Amino acid sequence: MSRRDYLLRKFLFSLLTIFVVLVINFMLFRVLPGDPVRSVIGRNVRISAEMQASLREQFGLDKPVFPDQFFATLQQWAGGNLGVSWSLRQPVAEVLMSKLGNTLLLIGLGQVLSIVFGVALGLFAGWKRKTSFDVGSLTFSLIAWATPTFWLGIILLAAGSTWLGLPTGGIVSPQNVGKPLYTVLPDLARHLVLPTLTMTILYLGEYMLIMRSSILEVLSEDYILTAKAKGMSHWQVLWRHGLKNAMLPIVTMIALNLGFTVSGAIYIETVFSYDGLGKLFHTALVRQDYPLLQGAFLLLAVSVIVANMLADILYTTLDPRVKAN
Amino acid sequence: MNESWLLFKRSLSDFWRIFRRNRMGMTGAVLVLAAVMVAVIAPALSPYTPATVIRDEAGRGLTFAPPSVHGPLGTDDAGRDVWTQLVYGARISLTVGFMAGFIAMFVGSLLGILAGYFGGWLDNLLMRVTDVLLVIPDLPLMLVLVATLRQMELKVSPLTVLILVIGLLYWTSTARLVRSQVLSIKERQFVARARAIGAGHFHIIRKHILPQIMPLIVANTVLILSTAILIESGLAFLGLGDPTQPSWGTMLNFAFDRNAISNGAWWFYLPPGLAIVWVSLGCVLLGNVLEEMLNPRLMGHHLEGEARVVKTEAGRG
Amino acid sequence: MAESALLRVCNLNTEFIIPDKGPARALEDVSFEVHPGETLGLVGESGCGKTTALMSILRLLPSNARISGQVFFKDVDLFGLSEKQMRAYRWRELAIVFQGAMNALNPVMRVGEQIREAITLHGLMSSSEAEMRVGELLELVGIPKERGAQYPFQYSGGMRQRAMIAMALACSPSVLFADEPTTALDVMVQAQVLELLNDIQQRLGLAIVLVTHDLGVVAEMCDTVVVMYGGKVAEYGPVDVIFNDPQHPYTQKLLESFPDLNEPTDPSTDSRQVLASIPGAPPRLTEIPPGCRFEPRCHVRIEKCKTESPPLMDVGENHLAACHLLK
Ligand SMILES: Nc1ncnc2c1ncn2[C@@H]1O[C@H](COP(=O)(O)OP(=O)(O)O)[C@@H](O)[C@H]1O
Ligand code: SF4
Ligand SMILES: [Mg+2]
Repeated sequence: MSRRDYLLRKFLFSLLTIFVVLVINFMLFRVLPGDPVRSVIGRNVRISAEMQASLREQFGLDKPVFPDQFFATLQQWAGGNLGVSWSLRQPVAEVLMSKLGNTLLLIGLGQVLSIVFGVALGLFAGWKRKTSFDVGSLTFSLIAWATPTFWLGIILLAAGSTWLGLPTGGIVSPQNVGKPLYTVLPDLARHLVLPTLTMTILYLGEYMLIMRSSILEVLSEDYILTAKAKGMSHWQVLWRHGLKNAMLPIVTMIALNLGFTVSGAIYIETVFSYDGLGKLFHTALVRQDYPLLQGAFLLLAVSVIVANMLADILYTTLDPRVKAN
Repeated sequence: MNESWLLFKRSLSDFWRIFRRNRMGMTGAVLVLAAVMVAVIAPALSPYTPATVIRDEAGRGLTFAPPSVHGPLGTDDAGRDVWTQLVYGARISLTVGFMAGFIAMFVGSLLGILAGYFGGWLDNLLMRVTDVLLVIPDLPLMLVLVATLRQMELKVSPLTVLILVIGLLYWTSTARLVRSQVLSIKERQFVARARAIGAGHFHIIRKHILPQIMPLIVANTVLILSTAILIESGLAFLGLGDPTQPSWGTMLNFAFDRNAISNGAWWFYLPPGLAIVWVSLGCVLLGNVLEEMLNPRLMGHHLEGEARVVKTEAGRG
Repeated sequence: MAESALLRVCNLNTEFIIPDKGPARALEDVSFEVHPGETLGLVGESGCGKTTALMSILRLLPSNARISGQVFFKDVDLFGLSEKQMRAYRWRELAIVFQGAMNALNPVMRVGEQIREAITLHGLMSSSEAEMRVGELLELVGIPKERGAQYPFQYSGGMRQRAMIAMALACSPSVLFADEPTTALDVMVQAQVLELLNDIQQRLGLAIVLVTHDLGVVAEMCDTVVVMYGGKVAEYGPVDVIFNDPQHPYTQKLLESFPDLNEPTDPSTDSRQVLASIPGAPPRLTEIPPGCRFEPRCHVRIEKCKTESPPLMDVGENHLAACHLLK
């Protein structure tokens, strides 16, 4: 398979997956009891008969569910119309966009930190296999793995606010709400410490485990022995021959982990009342705000799928075996 | 006694002999068994029921009372005993986690065996489905599913909905694992021979393939259990549990919603979390050790220290 | 043998510590010498310790190995060096082509770069000079130098092996260890690689230690032969003496089943097959019998063989063998 075919296949697969997500979203939308128009605008909202009629037409509700309604809905979604949030009385798309940046900030920080530290620790633990450092980091990773994200958040929240006087929630202090974030950086940073720490601790263990097993595999390959026979020191072998080979699977894993990362954001933002998509998702859930819930699901799922595809493309440029083929 | 039973007993005792010496595995087994025990004998561990409100002499509920003679873990925001909720919660958490885990295991193994054994379009379809499920973020999907199913006013309990949703979404890794194992077993001689003498598919699967992949399935199930328990706690924390039958996750949901943190009621929010870590860590340790026993990776690597040069007095040869 | 030896291995003992079992004595009192320009053949059944011997000399064995004895390279005892000092000898003086070298090249690094790395690592030349040298080396082993920019997976099996040889020659080492360099290659390519080794030796005058279980290859390539059995040297001598006047019963058996010295090896008879024609199996290293290691399989054994281990004795000029019958 040539690289072009490979990428094309990945692309088609991503399209297929997005299509599946759209179908799920559409079907869930339709199985809700009651009048679908009500599902769109909310149960308790009073609207005029003409308004109802126009919505009916807009969503094709007077036509059969498939294909007419389905494609009509797809068309709406494609045009960025995800309906109106029942609880916030705002277009869903608008609400989502206003929270996206905050979530990206949290996820980005947490992932960068956990990848950097996790990869470094995993590299070292695998190299020094069976030493107390290795056993220690392995134990840490297993415990981190077995710890529910939200509970770690709760503990850090309790500890951080009691002993370190860190803020217990939000993204900035009340007096700074509404100001552009870059004008209140120190305040923002103080609010970011605990959520970021939670995310870092949890995912660090994961990346450490992956890197450890990856480097263990690489270090038992023949070419490592060749490098050693050439007269290289351990550090030189690790750096020149170990790292790149061991990092390759990590790229794929980081992409596959994005789904988990989104879960983490939902828990962490909920615990820390961090004003992002995750908290929004939870709010929609609690308030049974279906248009919002489904819009958020759509956005999260499509982002993860697209990110996965990008990681695949990145991989093909990193691994010469795939690149040249 | 027939021969295969003896063989089974022998391999079990062999297994136990090796397993017993593994400290991680034993720790995991003890953690899991202890939790199961607590769940089974819960009523014997507390004089109260989870709903009993503990009152002072004046008849007022003891809200957020710290650990004391009334209860080893104090009371919650409504004056109910936390210890009692914890041991009864074990029943809910373990039931939901284990049932969901077993469903995932069953579905995954079945599909994995069918796909691996029969191959063809069935296999193709399965692989594509798992590929798709792998990239859809699982928590949002589950939240949307559970929320929608709830809204549909079906005649099933909230816990059943949880069990089904978790169980029916987490079979993919098992299916892939079982499939690849079945593929490699299928290539082996005795399967070809069995087929040559006209053995039926069902017979071959039952007699030749199932016994070989059973250990793998067991190890994988234990790992799945820990995931299922964690997921259950997460969904319950986000408010999708059954408030009338609180699991550990539901307890944490209450604790968080009712300001146990700002009230400093650590006895309310620490124990349920520790219990979750207890069980899921137990399963992970156990599962990892079982897996390691199946395909041992004893091999060291090339940078693992050097050969030791032992000095000798011997003269030149 | 003469003072001019390049590499002198004296009483090399290697054991592997195996958990739950005793130590596995993989090598016992192995001694031999390698002279400049010479090709020494190391032969014996699979598992008799050939690879272990090479790896012991290079001190590349894993940490469960215990090695003792002396290995002199030009009068420097390699076993007396620190790990750091030892690194300066690896590849610079003693280079190795590994057994089954199919994966001995880093899959994500260009082949030329891997060769260049060996040169610059030992500080032999500047980067640009090294670049030139890589081209020369590749041409020397018959690979167009443009292909240095390719990755190992773009090479055929034979090309990889030749690239490994080019890499081994990168620092102009004094001794080249070649551990079964032709197994896993098809017959045509085998012949090419052997010819290449022969050619290189003629041109560069380096010493080669050739590990093989193929007696045909030995007859064709080697000057001196060390026959190993169960981790010990059974017989040691010049190639024509070993082939025409073998003293050790094991060597005799080996040669008996070997068809014709003047014929090149018949590719259809794998030498494994030939060796297997001696009934029985080599001893387990964790349960070494007290007597001669070959005793259970020996067709001429005597009473003493069960209890006493025969020492290596002079049985002719430059000819040693370890057997009680050779008093
Ligand atoms: N790292 C090791 N640990 C334990 N035993 C080993 C190790 N490496 C080699 N051996 C054992 O040493 C013996 C000699 O092996 P080897 O030198 O590879 O033989 P040959 O190269 O002659 O085929 C074998 O029995 C092998 O199992
Ligand atoms: S010492 Fe004895 S057993 Fe060993 S080779 Fe000689 S005759 Fe055979
Ligand atoms: Mg060998």
